[in-house]
Amino acid sequence: MSLLAVSDLSVTHAGATAAALSGVGLSLEEGERLAVIGESGSGKTTFARAVAGLLPPAARREGAIRWRGSEAPARPGKDIGYVFQDPSASLDPVVSVGRQIAEVVRTHEGLGRAAALARAAELLDRVRLPDPSAMVHAWPHQLSGGQKQRVAIATAIAARPALLIADEATSALDTIVQAEIVALIRRIVDEERMALVFVTHDIALAAQIAGRILVLKGGRMVEAGPASQVVGAPADPYTRMLVEASTDTASLVEVRGTGEDDR
Amino acid sequence: MSPPLLSVAGLSKRFRRGDAMIDAVSGVSLDVHAGETLALVGPSGSGKSTLARLILRLIEPDAGTIRFDGLDLLSLRGAALRAARARLQMVFQDPHAAFNPRATVARVLADPLRIHGIATRAERPAAIGRLLEGVDLPASFAARAVHDLSGGQRQRVAIARAIAPAPKLVVLDEAVSALDVSTRRRILALLADLQKAHGIAYLFVTHDLAAVRLIAHRVAVMDRGAIVETGSVDEVVGNPRSATARALVAAQPRLPARSEAT
Repeated sequence: MSLLAVSDLSVTHAGATAAALSGVGLSLEEGERLAVIGESGSGKTTFARAVAGLLPPAARREGAIRWRGSEAPARPGKDIGYVFQDPSASLDPVVSVGRQIAEVVRTHEGLGRAAALARAAELLDRVRLPDPSAMVHAWPHQLSGGQKQRVAIATAIAARPALLIADEATSALDTIVQAEIVALIRRIVDEERMALVFVTHDIALAAQIAGRILVLKGGRMVEAGPASQVVGAPADPYTRMLVEASTDTASLVEVRGTGEDDR
Repeated sequence: MSPPLLSVAGLSKRFRRGDAMIDAVSGVSLDVHAGETLALVGPSGSGKSTLARLILRLIEPDAGTIRFDGLDLLSLRGAALRAARARLQMVFQDPHAAFNPRATVARVLADPLRIHGIATRAERPAAIGRLLEGVDLPASFAARAVHDLSGGQRQRVAIARAIAPAPKLVVLDEAVSALDVSTRRRILALLADLQKAHGIAYLFVTHDLAAVRLIAHRVAVMDRGAIVETGSVDEVVGNPRSATARALVAAQPRLPARSEAT
């Protein structure tokens, strides 16, 4: 039985005429790492939100999402942890780092206040933040972007979810910090045997972190398969373009085109 | 050999942060030659955007000199500074923030034509059409509201506005970083073509080494306010010597060149 089985999933956002996602189906096994790639408007974030049960109530959803073989949806925060792109927006600026994590622990694990704070310090250590016992008292504004994203990851894994979703979680960071956070996510999903859905626009990054890649364009599946195959022998011209743009030998010959197609 | 188009020497800028003073840019010297692209790369907080803003005279340095197109840029005031600014233009990262969102494209492009006295009121519609054509947008885009455009289209309008007064140097501060892969490549190709056609030099500020490989001739690597390495793209990206350049190259996600045999 798959951890997650998505079949024929379509989503139309409130007020939109076109579907954000059309007929997407795939399954994810325990501990598997999937990258979902696409450009803006591809539906990759809609897919991640739908899987996590985080679609706005007014969005229209068709198709099925089965969690561990059941129609009963996964519990957001408990079964699925979610890391968003903007680490500043995902942390409450007036709540200390430790209390934000402790709140998740208390809600989902039923620990008392002191035990939850101790667990928060442990989680800050797991995401390799320096001096975790002092860090629990830090405020979000005292942290760098990369440190905030580490706190967001600690919060997302606090309830020991079986699936971690990272939605463009490294896109707002500079290249060096991005590489550190990607390494951290990889290590954590390995150690905790979590499955991972890594949403990104960067196919090279996707190939580094995932065993399988799903390519979306305009809300539809373009290609899905083992990362080595999608990157090594892309079947679709769109995937081929994404791959070629990311190789060492990429060039600008004959790519100028017209601005009418720009996203 | 002709003197550099832009020559920065000993440029420094300190900011106060709380009780501490931060040396955002400290003693930086660099040259940009006519018609070349110099990439300025570095991690966030390295001072590269501050350096770009100093060169544009959006902020004033504490020390140092900037020679641009034969002029002592820091001594210019009033009309002389405005005239120099026609030859020294800029495109920033966020095309959403760079314009009044309710303005039309025609309004945005009319500004430089008016400010720099390039086209009379009667000549403006045709001049705007030519500017749009130059960045591969149809002339009908003149009537569109800026907020109706995609991010890539807005960046094309920003490029059109920047090249309107026929600049010799354009500072591109993370100008393609926020764009999708396919759009980013088309805009880099456009910038390369505009450089060939008009001999424009670029100071290309970025943390994206993939874009550097595609468009730059030389690279300057910045860290903690100082230039730690300069060289050709092949030297710096292919064989980085400084710790900063090595870290940037190592952190860049990239795929190996694909063999066609599969």
